[in-house]
Amino acid sequence: MTVHTTSPQFKQNATRALGDAQLQKALGNVKQGFIDKRQKAAEALPEFEALRDSARDIKNHTLEHLDLYLEAYEEKVTASGGHVHFARNAEDAREIILGICREAGAKTVTKGKSMISEEIGINHHLEAHGIRPVETDLGEYIIQLRNEMPSHIIAPAVHLNATQVEQDFRRVHRHLDAKRDLSEPVQLLTEARSVLRERFLAADVGITGANFLVAETGTSIIVTNEGNGDLTQILPKTHIVLASIEKLVPTLEDVSQLLRVLARSATGQELSVYTTFSTGPRRSGDADGPENYHVVILDNGRSSMLGTSFEEMLRCIRCGACMNHCPVYHAVGGHAYGWVYPGPMGAVLTPSLIGVDKAGHLPNASTFCGRCESVCPVRIPLPKLMRHWREREFERHLTPATVRSGLNLWGFFAKRPALYRLATRAAMGAMGLAGRRHGRFAWLPMAKGWTKHRDFPAPQGETFQARWQRERKDKTA
Amino acid sequence: MSARDDFLASIRRSLGVKGNEAIRRQIVTERLERAPRGIVPARGQVSGEERIALFKTMAEASLATVTEVASPTEVPQSIALFLRNHNLPATLRMGDDPRLAAMPWTETTLEIAHGPSEGTDLNAVTHAFGGVAETGTVALVSGHENPSTLNFLPDNHIVVVSAKDIASDYESVWNRVRFAYGKGSMPRTVNWITGPSRSGDIEQTLLLGAHGPRRLHIVVVRD
Repeated sequence: MTVHTTSPQFKQNATRALGDAQLQKALGNVKQGFIDKRQKAAEALPEFEALRDSARDIKNHTLEHLDLYLEAYEEKVTASGGHVHFARNAEDAREIILGICREAGAKTVTKGKSMISEEIGINHHLEAHGIRPVETDLGEYIIQLRNEMPSHIIAPAVHLNATQVEQDFRRVHRHLDAKRDLSEPVQLLTEARSVLRERFLAADVGITGANFLVAETGTSIIVTNEGNGDLTQILPKTHIVLASIEKLVPTLEDVSQLLRVLARSATGQELSVYTTFSTGPRRSGDADGPENYHVVILDNGRSSMLGTSFEEMLRCIRCGACMNHCPVYHAVGGHAYGWVYPGPMGAVLTPSLIGVDKAGHLPNASTFCGRCESVCPVRIPLPKLMRHWREREFERHLTPATVRSGLNLWGFFAKRPALYRLATRAAMGAMGLAGRRHGRFAWLPMAKGWTKHRDFPAPQGETFQARWQRERKDKTA
Repeated sequence: MSARDDFLASIRRSLGVKGNEAIRRQIVTERLERAPRGIVPARGQVSGEERIALFKTMAEASLATVTEVASPTEVPQSIALFLRNHNLPATLRMGDDPRLAAMPWTETTLEIAHGPSEGTDLNAVTHAFGGVAETGTVALVSGHENPSTLNFLPDNHIVVVSAKDIASDYESVWNRVRFAYGKGSMPRTVNWITGPSRSGDIEQTLLLGAHGPRRLHIVVVRD
């Protein structure tokens, strides 16, 4: 197992999130910002939809030949003077990274934003062995100060407001003047910049994630807007890249296709500010750059998704568009999902990685509106995959007894259309009659979960199927 | 079984392959060899003045500033003017790029320092390997000529790029990288830079100058 999960308590998490005024205010920023920006960027590039197809095809091709591309990649990294380490699970990865840090005599380690590093819980492991990890992405830095998990894969502190950040900075940056003005976000940014600048220069090892690995050249790629990933990797003597198997792509041409959809889907930028291609350690004659270059490639349950319907999830390039467009994410935020990956992509990936017994609630947390799939740059059929998890949960008898008997009851009628029509006609007729006066129900037997929060609209007395039949007849008449 | 073998075996088991299938190996080798182009947006497929204009428009949209000079000899004066206009000190750090070294810096009052940055420099200049009109991006390669630290540590980053090196698209830059370094080889670092450093991590408000330069100024040299 990896880091602690509260996914089994999704319902309690969600209820708490809905009542958290501070969080609800912060979540408003997600709804407003990301959707419009992505829309504009997509519309500004006529080839955008074709590029999504291209991105999907590249990922599918790579996954089908993943073993061979990994071998080719490893060969290239080694040829350029770097080292590739294969980590089967989180524990392997933690031990490999700790070993490299010890060899480097590391006291402090700077880190670029890496969801996989959250997944393997590397920070706690390093701390437990006397090495200080310092997150350098502004959002990650803030949540590290609060000892929290990221609530969004590209905007880890999106659940917070500026006043909360101010309180954290005053609590932690004790060496600074207590009377300083931090009322403006830019003042917070400037303070983080100067505090972290010292950390960058003092670090012995830098750990970054990777957005992509290129088999053709043995290159790892990171994209950032802050430049923190670059300072993390060029200043210390040792650079460790932590990447999962599905980051691999064949060539520089392929990665260029994926980069054309990544930033546009994520933040609506044409391209992120810094796209950095790193290959091996410092060359002879180089004036700067790391002397040692290590890549830790993590499986941690992913290889078992290959060859199954969940293989499609391994196309994910972590843009965050699915959660930015998700009404459930908008309502409860990322922490409710209880692990590293929130939103629709998390609802599909988390059960694969930590088990459907722990994360079975997540694929249920969907209205199946389909917005996530409609914006996914690699066209992952997220609703379909969530439905697959629901089926597995049902097959494995993990669904609560009341839900199971309800579904069985519905199934009984669904298989007998005449009976179904009769039963629904009776029910709709009765409810239409009972709700005639108000047009809605404030209370219904067995539907407390609904009516506790909102009224149930009263049916008009006719079933959908009956109306369909009637109107079709009218039309043909 | 080593961790590596175990790792690959697990992938092969799921894919239902052995790894020695000739046809699969051939497909992979060919793709790596040919590196086929995918979809290249029509936007960048313009030449001459139009391409320079597009580069400028896109770079400015990413909040970089762009100026043009007629020849390399005009670069030092142009940079001195940029620093003066922004009330910045007349200091400048650079690597030992021969194109920059050949410019008449002594005609200005700029105080020039050489070599990588240790984090105390306000201003630095690097010479780009090329530019990409499609998104207004500059591409820089690492080395003693243009140390990577100069792209990230100073507050104000100035990039000199030759107009003839501004390509339509990313793929054209990769072709030049392959020509310069050999197929399948890369410099230690290639940096694509599109605008100055920024963060939206506090309440999704865009703020410039997160960890990297607060300003990105591009000097396009016509020659």
